[in-house]
Amino acid sequence: MNVMEKRFPSRINFRRGQVDMTHGSGGRAMAQLIEELFVKHFDNDLLRQGNDQALFTPPAGRLVISTDGHVVSPLFFPGGDIGSLSVHGTINDVAMSGAKPLYLSAGFILEEGFPLADLERIVISMANAARDAGVPVVTGDTKVVERGKGDGVFITTTGVGVVPDGLDISGTNARPGDMILVSGYIGDHGVAIMSSRENLAFETQIVSDSAALHGLVAEMVAAVPEIRCLRDPTRGGLAATLNEIAHQSRVGMKLNEEEIPLRGEVDAACELLGLDPLYVANEGKLVAICPPDQAQSLLRVMQAHEQGRDAAIIGAVVEDDMGFVTMETGFGGTRIVDWLAGEQLPRIC
Amino acid sequence: MKYVDEFRQRDIARKLAGDITREADPARTYHFMEFCGGHTHAIFRYGVQDLMPDNVTFVHGPGCPVCVLPIPRIDMAIELADRHGAIVCTYGDMMRVPASKKNSLIKAKAAGSDIRMVYSTQDAMKIARENPDREVVFFAIGFETTTPPTAVAIKQAAAEGLMNFSVFCNHVLTPSAIQHILQSPEVRELGQVSIDGFLGPSHVSSIIGSAPYDFFAEEFQKPVVIAGFEPLDVMQSTLMLIRQVNEGRFEVENEYTRVVTPEGNEVAKDLMADVFELRRSFEWRGLGEVPYSALRISEKYADWDAEKRYAVTKSTGTDVKGCECPAILRGVKKPTDCKLFGTVCTPDNPQGSCMVSSEGSCAAYWSFGRFRMDRIKEAAE
Repeated sequence: MNVMEKRFPSRINFRRGQVDMTHGSGGRAMAQLIEELFVKHFDNDLLRQGNDQALFTPPAGRLVISTDGHVVSPLFFPGGDIGSLSVHGTINDVAMSGAKPLYLSAGFILEEGFPLADLERIVISMANAARDAGVPVVTGDTKVVERGKGDGVFITTTGVGVVPDGLDISGTNARPGDMILVSGYIGDHGVAIMSSRENLAFETQIVSDSAALHGLVAEMVAAVPEIRCLRDPTRGGLAATLNEIAHQSRVGMKLNEEEIPLRGEVDAACELLGLDPLYVANEGKLVAICPPDQAQSLLRVMQAHEQGRDAAIIGAVVEDDMGFVTMETGFGGTRIVDWLAGEQLPRIC
Repeated sequence: MKYVDEFRQRDIARKLAGDITREADPARTYHFMEFCGGHTHAIFRYGVQDLMPDNVTFVHGPGCPVCVLPIPRIDMAIELADRHGAIVCTYGDMMRVPASKKNSLIKAKAAGSDIRMVYSTQDAMKIARENPDREVVFFAIGFETTTPPTAVAIKQAAAEGLMNFSVFCNHVLTPSAIQHILQSPEVRELGQVSIDGFLGPSHVSSIIGSAPYDFFAEEFQKPVVIAGFEPLDVMQSTLMLIRQVNEGRFEVENEYTRVVTPEGNEVAKDLMADVFELRRSFEWRGLGEVPYSALRISEKYADWDAEKRYAVTKSTGTDVKGCECPAILRGVKKPTDCKLFGTVCTPDNPQGSCMVSSEGSCAAYWSFGRFRMDRIKEAAE
């Protein structure tokens, strides 16, 4: 981001103003938006370098990079907004390698006419999320598209992180006998988004679980460096994540429905809307797979952390070349937990 | 979850499974058709078949509302958006149902037609109010359960004078479909399908009551038990059917007494009678033309009838070659009997309607039962 040295004749009116095409033109208006909005709130040394890129010396170790586009609708929902979500989502994708996330970049696509007040609210929320996580936004980009060509704002964030030595965490590593853990209640994010959509006259107290999980991950890998897989079950929910890992590792999985943490309100909301909570998105949960003899100690470490208080062991990895995920139902029968077909809920993150 | 968890308890399921195993005569088989997709879904979702003895099997019926709509009706809905420029609103399940020429509502939407998914008729009316310069058509589908809300919407539109709103009516009737299945040669003469009794519709019966089934029980000498959609309802009703069969009875019994009464919901029935009238005949996917099996909007509300407002042509589209949805919907074939099942036809790329909805037999087989069939196949090889 370019930081102009000189002042502007008048300040941007964040209360009444709207995004217009000049905010993405590369001219003075864009520079002013960058200075008075992005640099002001994201404020950090690397951003203040004022270049088109952030320059830093990488720490020793293996680096990871991950990127995530955010198109959630509505932009503001119980428990978060597109700003905090775009920080948490990418931090979590980086952290699921066991890495310590270092920096974020952010690309904004703004729609002409979008209220600057909403944009400011989103940027402040994003800045707070980044500050709380200790992962600064160090570079970025802003583009504006004509009215009707976007939907308010889309945000793409990229994160880099460094993986501590001695870790080998990958979706290909699950082995028969391993235990499967989840860090807490599933489905909160999806139901929170659904309940805030205006075409659903549906009220719940459920708030999104959107949260950065790298703190929890740091404690988990410190205590149990043998962890084989970590993944955050976002779109497609727990079911999609487990199927991905089963497919990558060429193993099967057997779950126990009664052990999967599920809030009564989420269960009830899914029941009413005809959704299966196993397929509903999460934004602050992770799935961990570890050797069986480490499962109890990993569970204790997770439960001792705020983000893993309600963690549970939900099943085991089994031998199965076909890669099926099955579940013993609370009713006493067995069912398959398949990949998600089609789209349960569009634009969830 | 109150009023739901009570009907999903493992201990009661075990006890019922024990009763069923004890009372089912090992010297014979029991084939019960569950008419509704809701039952099919519960049977697979909770693994109810696992709890049944080998000689008790479920034959999946045609009661999945999106499955039974024939291709020409979906083509017509697409035409309303495509050629007539209307905003077409429909329930989510309809979006992926195959139309002719590899089209579907979701593909037509991607190609630029204004097709929107709604959760209720009220959403569609809201869209009409918010877009006074556009025509908005609600693509109404479903059995008697979803018919009263459509009737309410039409009456409301009439009261408000909401003239840019209309309904493309595809509501179908359950009793005539059951009768048609029982009269089909496969059941009556050829003996291809053996049906010893019916798990009767639950939500549909909450509207029409249990009395309309008295005729079949009597005429076809088959027991009917109106069953709720929870897994324990299915098991309890199965036990009630087994007892009727064992005792040589063929009565209409009501397991779902917490919702269904003999006469049904009079208010809803009056609404339907006011707004709709019987079609002389309607095409069902799988069953063909079934006399007096569907509703159309009555003359009084003709202004809100999309079929009268637009000159929609009836397409001659047919099912994909090789698709066994028609036979599967009649209970003549199982999803695994279809060559397309699991090869070119999957929930991600459905070729036939039964693979689309979670209430469709093929989708239920695929999503909840796939591993079992593969194991069985492996064992056979």
